Amino acid sequence: MKFAVIVFPGSNCDVDMYHAVKDILGEEVEYVDHNVTDLDMFDGILLPGGFSYGDYLRTGALARFSNVMDEVVKAAEAGKPILGVCNGFQILLEADLLPGAMRRNDNLKFMCRPVELRVENNKSMFTSEYESGEVITVPIAHGEGNYYCDDETLDRLQANNQIVFTYNGTNPNGSIADIAGITNERGNVLGMMPHPERAVEELLGSADGMKLFQSIVKNWRLSANVVTS
Amino acid sequence: MSYKVKVYVTLRESVLDPQGSAVMGSLHKLNYQEVKDVRIGKYMELLIDKSVKDLDKSVMEICEKLLANTVIEDYRYEVEEVVTQ
Repeated sequence: MKFAVIVFPGSNCDVDMYHAVKDILGEEVEYVDHNVTDLDMFDGILLPGGFSYGDYLRTGALARFSNVMDEVVKAAEAGKPILGVCNGFQILLEADLLPGAMRRNDNLKFMCRPVELRVENNKSMFTSEYESGEVITVPIAHGEGNYYCDDETLDRLQANNQIVFTYNGTNPNGSIADIAGITNERGNVLGMMPHPERAVEELLGSADGMKLFQSIVKNWRLSANVVTS
Repeated sequence: MSYKVKVYVTLRESVLDPQGSAVMGSLHKLNYQEVKDVRIGKYMELLIDKSVKDLDKSVMEICEKLLANTVIEDYRYEVEEVVTQ
């Protein structure tokens, strides 16, 4: 499986993402510049964390108009797995690939520490290797992770099982319904504030993020087999 | 001649403003108990060429596409005519 790590001006978790896929997961991966206008050769798209365009105006607001984003939208429509972590999640929200918006953390602090997440939906292509209700430890590092959506949208997220991860115990940012990560309705676009790519080996304090990447690859192989057989 | 468009972007009434709450707390500590609410927003000035066909349409599009995130923010604007070199 071949992954693209999209690099925006100001991305800073692109190397972590690349390392997780290449060295730990053992799959193909390439850095892709934000001006690239063709993602056809990639099977999965990763939007890394960081401060694209310096977070000017709003987090993710300017990156959303990068040339590559038209291709990301196309890939989403084609059903390819798309994972946005932290600033990547913020970009997916601004691009309307996911519903809702991000606010400053309710305590106004940049929160940087490991947190516990609860796997709310293990039926998604990103979480099938986890147990339902499994509690995992993954680090967060953000100042704007306070997810917001209106009541109607929240009802829809809950009804469609689009809330994939919630914060277990203490909510670090004030997000609505303790949301840490959501998918689109189709289930092939995941945005999450915590960093699974920073939890891929015990040396980093946790390897709990690994199953997320393994889920993507396993489900891609399954669907690829179905298509070819 | 150009238009100077002053755009104000604020969080929607229904959305909590943690920055505004923190500033209000400080104002209360300074003994300005009369302050009942603080909302923090953004102010932007656009200089737009007078040849624009439909100023309101352009400005509203600009605000909705980029300057404001209408999921959580409202915007309003004022227009001034200015002489530019």
